[in-house]
Amino acid sequence: MARYIVRRLLMAIPVLFGLSVVLFAFVHLLPGDPARSILGQHATAASLARLRESLGLDRPLHEQYFLYISDLLQGDLGSSLVNGRPVLQEFMLRFPATIELTLVALLFAVGLGIPLGRLAARHAQRWQDGLVTIISLLGISIPIFVLGLTLQFFFSVGLGWTPVSGRIDPRLGIDAVTNFMLVDTLLAGEPEAFVDAVLHLILPGIALGSIPLAIITRITRAAVLDVANEDYVRTARAKGLTERRVDNRHIMRNAWLPVTTVVGLQVGGLLAGAVITESVFAWNGVGRWVVDAIRTRDYFVIQSSILIFALVFLTVNLIVDILYAYLNPRIRYS
Amino acid sequence: MGATVAAPAIAAQDRASRGLWHDAARRLLRNGPALLGLGLVTLFVAAAVLAPVIAPYDPIAGALADRLKPPSPEHWMGTDLQGRDEFTRILYGAQVSLQVGVVSVFLALVMGGTLGAIAGAAGGKLDATLMRVTDVLLSIPGILLAIGIVAWLGRGLPQIMLAVAVTNAPIFARILRGSLLSLRTADYVVAARSIGATGPRVLLRHMLPNALTPLIVAATLALATAIIDVAGLGFLGLGPPDPRTAEWGTMLTDSTKFLRQAPHLLFFPGIMIVLTAIGFNLLGDGLRESLDPRLKR
Repeated sequence: MARYIVRRLLMAIPVLFGLSVVLFAFVHLLPGDPARSILGQHATAASLARLRESLGLDRPLHEQYFLYISDLLQGDLGSSLVNGRPVLQEFMLRFPATIELTLVALLFAVGLGIPLGRLAARHAQRWQDGLVTIISLLGISIPIFVLGLTLQFFFSVGLGWTPVSGRIDPRLGIDAVTNFMLVDTLLAGEPEAFVDAVLHLILPGIALGSIPLAIITRITRAAVLDVANEDYVRTARAKGLTERRVDNRHIMRNAWLPVTTVVGLQVGGLLAGAVITESVFAWNGVGRWVVDAIRTRDYFVIQSSILIFALVFLTVNLIVDILYAYLNPRIRYS
Repeated sequence: MGATVAAPAIAAQDRASRGLWHDAARRLLRNGPALLGLGLVTLFVAAAVLAPVIAPYDPIAGALADRLKPPSPEHWMGTDLQGRDEFTRILYGAQVSLQVGVVSVFLALVMGGTLGAIAGAAGGKLDATLMRVTDVLLSIPGILLAIGIVAWLGRGLPQIMLAVAVTNAPIFARILRGSLLSLRTADYVVAARSIGATGPRVLLRHMLPNALTPLIVAATLALATAIIDVAGLGFLGLGPPDPRTAEWGTMLTDSTKFLRQAPHLLFFPGIMIVLTAIGFNLLGDGLRESLDPRLKR
């Protein structure tokens, strides 16, 4: 197992190197004059010179790259061109909001997707299966922003059940401690604020979770059907085990493998989806920050958010792979 | 002598390949959901192609007196903030989506196909290197990569096409490489090689035709995501640089300010995007089943 983990970690090195080259090029090889592209047409000669100096734009490319990497390894991701604040610090402030939203979406997708997939498999080719198929088709075909806006229209604007946008009613005046709203409201000891935070999470969570829900449902259905035709399942039934026991002990045990992998793979999609969901619901996380950064052409913010999102994605994939190898010895020894 | 041997061989090959596509088409036409998908896709393409003929109004010039009107006999889908006919803009929007969707998926097929073919045919170090390149691209979550590319190259339709293409290309490369690798030891490939066929000939004549089906399916499904991604970029404000262009995602962004007064500005573009995506998804799934009947349960 240790050997597998080491091998898997070594495999990540070329990818990290490639990623750093791509992101380096994103700023240092901007078409035209990078300093002018970054600062815009109205930049003063002095500010242009300062930026060229700090990026090392007058030096050969490989030196510029080493400068970028050494800054990166020291945790220096540059500063926002708009407000001058360090990118890493800003990122850490907003990241909890994105994690909170992503986890709720994942919980929704897994909590509903696995039972729906099992239901469809148990009643394969009957109306329950058809209904679940339609739900998952809609899930992958409705873009997050269409679903988000529609939910907003019906449940917030129309029925008034949930807040339209934001993370919490600003009048409640909750102190930011961890920046996880659910945690902060509890720390403040205000159950009313906690409920408000939960209400704010419902619609964005559903909107963001809809695509993973569809995928997890499909995979669970396929995985269960795959295992359900195995000989040992028939044997288990033949020796008189209850349907419930066969389901839990013989089918699901083996169906978990592909389902776990697919759940892990959803993280990349969720992070990408968060960019759009946060824009729909004015959710103050990393995704909305990136979109704002595009409008203001804040290149260091875009560069660093892509880097951090990619790192999160790679880390989760690594964990999924290791977990998979742990669950399935055939992978470990191949 | 050579001719008499070659002739039946070619004839047999022709019949066999006609058989595959003929059978696939027959299965597709008996598959209800796939037919529905085909119908939706046909409607979408017809709307795009016929927009200049069937659109009742001008997509860009509107009458301010008619702004934000609800659906009526004159304006089936109502009017927008500038008093432009929403139905007309939906039709022209289909044009943008179709154009960008098809071009970007085609570009992705060329880029990903070339990468995948080289990797799958060459194997070894070159294969490993190319696969690490796709790993790098795949490590950046989809729309974020597209956002990065548009931010880098600047706004514009060609940039959007390229951005969506680059997000899809590594997926196509992986698929093609995977099927090529599994074909390398197939009997007929080994046979072709043993009678002295050169590398490129084996690849182009014998392996590629048999590796294409998963790619065709993936490309059809990618059209759905491409159209969603293009609308997503438009929704985030990275759509066509001319704000007057009728683009579904941009139209949705404009609707958000008037959710209460003019919900039709949300529903019609939203429904169009969803129906188009459903169409391509159903068609893609149907193609998968009809091209490889073993997959059908």
